[in-house]
Amino acid sequence: MALTLADITCEYAEGSPLSYRALESVSLSIEPGELVLLLGPTGSGKTTLLRAAAGLLPSSAGTVEVDGVRIGVRGAQRAAVGMLFQRPESQFFALSVEEDCAFGPRNLGRSDKDARADGRAALAQVGLDPSTFGPREPWTLSGGEARRAALAGVLAMRPRYLLLDEPTAGLDAVGRDSVAAVIERTRHTAGVLVVTHDPDLLIRRADRVLVMSEGRTAFSGDVPAFLAALPALTATGAAEAPEVLRTLMLAERRLGRAGATPTLDVDEAASSLARMCAEGGVPR
Amino acid sequence: MKPISGMGQYVPTDSPLHHLDAAAKIGLAAALTTALFMASGFAGLGVLAAAVAWAVASSRVPLRAVARGLGAVSFVVVFTLLANSLRWEPAVALLRIGPLAVDAAGLRTGAFFAVRILVLVVGTTLLTLTTSPVRLSGGLERVMRPLSWLRVPVGDLAMTLTIALRFIPTTAEEAERIVMAQQARGAVFDKGGPIRRARAYAPVLVPLFFQLFRRADALATAMEARCYRGTEGRTRMREERMRGVDWLVMLGLGAALVAVGWFL
Amino acid sequence: MLEFAEVSFAYPTATAPALDGVSFSLEPGQLLVVVGANGSGKSTLARLCDGLLTPGGGRVLVDGLDTADVSLVWDIRVKVGMVFQDPDDQIVGTTVDDDCAFGPENLGLPPEEIVARVAEALTSVGMDGLERREPHLLSEGQKQRLAIAGALAMGPRYLVFDEPSAMLDPAGRRSAIAIIERLAHEQGHGVLLVSHDAADVARADRALALSGGCVVFEGAPEDLLADAALLRACGLATGSMGVLGERLRALGLAVPVGALEAESVVDALWP
Ligand SMILES: Nc1ncnc2c1ncn2[C@@H]1O[C@H](COP(=O)(O)OP(=O)(O)OP(=O)(O)O)[C@@H](O)[C@H]1O
Ligand SMILES: Nc1ncnc2c1ncn2[C@@H]1O[C@H](COP(=O)(O)OP(=O)(O)OP(=O)(O)O)[C@@H](O)[C@H]1O
Ligand SMILES: [Mg+2]
Ligand SMILES: [Mg+2]
Repeated sequence: MALTLADITCEYAEGSPLSYRALESVSLSIEPGELVLLLGPTGSGKTTLLRAAAGLLPSSAGTVEVDGVRIGVRGAQRAAVGMLFQRPESQFFALSVEEDCAFGPRNLGRSDKDARADGRAALAQVGLDPSTFGPREPWTLSGGEARRAALAGVLAMRPRYLLLDEPTAGLDAVGRDSVAAVIERTRHTAGVLVVTHDPDLLIRRADRVLVMSEGRTAFSGDVPAFLAALPALTATGAAEAPEVLRTLMLAERRLGRAGATPTLDVDEAASSLARMCAEGGVPR
Repeated sequence: MKPISGMGQYVPTDSPLHHLDAAAKIGLAAALTTALFMASGFAGLGVLAAAVAWAVASSRVPLRAVARGLGAVSFVVVFTLLANSLRWEPAVALLRIGPLAVDAAGLRTGAFFAVRILVLVVGTTLLTLTTSPVRLSGGLERVMRPLSWLRVPVGDLAMTLTIALRFIPTTAEEAERIVMAQQARGAVFDKGGPIRRARAYAPVLVPLFFQLFRRADALATAMEARCYRGTEGRTRMREERMRGVDWLVMLGLGAALVAVGWFL
Repeated sequence: MLEFAEVSFAYPTATAPALDGVSFSLEPGQLLVVVGANGSGKSTLARLCDGLLTPGGGRVLVDGLDTADVSLVWDIRVKVGMVFQDPDDQIVGTTVDDDCAFGPENLGLPPEEIVARVAEALTSVGMDGLERREPHLLSEGQKQRLAIAGALAMGPRYLVFDEPSAMLDPAGRRSAIAIIERLAHEQGHGVLLVSHDAADVARADRALALSGGCVVFEGAPEDLLADAALLRACGLATGSMGVLGERLRALGLAVPVGALEAESVVDALWP
């Protein structure tokens, strides 16, 4: 069982003078139980890749398969893949939050009553009180409330593959923690792919990291390999180190030394920094 | 799903037609319209059609974009053709369908009117295809400026037009977005026969309607926040003026077009 | 001076007020950061600054002009530039450079100056080369940069940024905050910045924290950052960098609580 993208190439406005190739032969595979982080600078094609994986874009070349079945052909398998849009505002279409959350489950053939119950449960899961927020018009929510409600709409479907486009942008600390908890819980049953500019929150729990740069895969591998590849990735601007590691790397650069072992562990980083100070490193 | 694109939307290729001043292009479109309505025979129509075809070719706009504009009016063209060429039980006929029939004279009239509409639409679509909305509204504003003597709010009219043009992609984008959002949550649009497919789009229309109102409201707020308060005292980044070439092209070509309409 | 005096506001359909008795002031040249949990009223406060919303109680004064006075609203909007939370709600033009020019055009500036301002604003947010792109074809991060450029080009005295970097990549975020800091400290704008990022708090001159529509803290950013319980209450977390700072201080190194970015920590260790 896996969600597999093979050699995807995607071009917007194909054939017109404005055409733009946003993805260039990208491959990716994710299994239930896996957490994969998708990193990369603005405009590198992360959202496009997610859309392709959810079967929402006609790709110019390549295939997307869900558990061995091609997605998108007459809507097959699309329901197995849930996608949180980058802008929650662009995900809403119903006139109340409750309706919006019940839409997905209803499409899966659940009864109206069950669908609503699923929607309300999902709202509670993301920290929104269903009786307060259920009747609200989605577009009047505050930025953070909107993102949570949008996430609830996706969770309500209980998809086998969960694609999240910047789920923590604009959330407060409590919201970020609850999203992390939701991801942790979901990944027992689902494969989760998260686009994020804030790797610090999830990288310790991630199985793999994928880095996009200008529509291509700049890196793909597990977390230790990612940390090891960071100096090269940073040099090309494709990725940035989590902040603690970036501090360490910056200190080394200042002192003109080269790579100690890359680490995500705060204590280890602190003692490395202290050692550098004690050894009387002088900035160049 | 194929992206839905608006008809007659600006295509930023590079051509002499793109560089021609918007007001000059509006003048030429007016001349073309006049000529089309003056032309009394197929000869005149043919020359005008050839002129428009030449303009299309020189604009380097993909034919697909031009055809998209035609798609929307094809119904009108077919209707004109039929309405003019069908007769009730005529003596001589080319083709009979029950009491209705098509005769040669009718067909000629029908074809004449149909071609006239076709040429007119292609010619005017070419104006919006080769002129960015901002330039177009700037051009219109200059063309209509004499009307401001009659206290017509010319600037505001032009701004309204710009915004209407801006909303064409917005509408397409919103429809696309809602379809995508519903697809992402298991709605199926590409299954079943044409009727079932059409029915699947019904749940898109209501949110689209609401959403367009919301976007219009948000746009008004954004314009206000950025100090828009009518066009009085407003300047433009690209203050455009008719250059010598523009006058020459407009008057020369315009006169030629009208002459064709007058004599042929 | 931009001044809130006992401002309250309730949305017509809401049961509880979104803001309740909020007072503070912002001077030109000052960077004020506004923090608070989701739904605490930050965006509402931002929209009150230039009269897009008018207070239900209390007054908002911009250089002495009351935003509730309809006849003054244009004078106020020339003084206060806004960057909204959702960039799509802000973009007016049909191409990137036309959008950026929209504000300056409304101010009636001469064309050469508009061109110069647009070029400068787009360069400062790293959007060169995208001038002729249509805004709806940009990625979200690119839209957010355009929104910032649009406000910059107007050159107002006060600037209000509602989470301008929420969707930017780390490099984009650092450059956005650097631009914002420069606007306040070098160009003398009064800047109000709404943020969920503790690192932004550290860079500000003053911090204002909201909870449930009420001000729960107003003062120096260091005092806010040093108070863990208060931080939590207004939805902020200093994350692993906060922990790193603590560890370093425990090891006897002089790292201030406000050092929450790689640069500031390294600068503190090797001054
Ligand atoms: N509808 C579209 N038409 C044409 N180009 C597009 C369209 N949507 C996106 N693009 C372009 O494709 C590229 C990739 O866009 P995408 O949204 O996938 O980026 P991203 O990695 O998600 O960036 P961000 O972090 O800013 O969201 C960008 O350069 C963008 O301008
Ligand atoms: N149009 C509206 N109608 C009713 N209630 C509203 C409306 N807009 C906002 N609210 C409510 O007012 C409160 C404050 O909203 P506001 O947008 O100011 O929050 P915020 O602090 O900006 O939050 P966030 O960090 O999530 O953006 C929220 O509880 C929100 O649900
Ligand atoms: Mg994106
Ligand atoms: Mg907000």
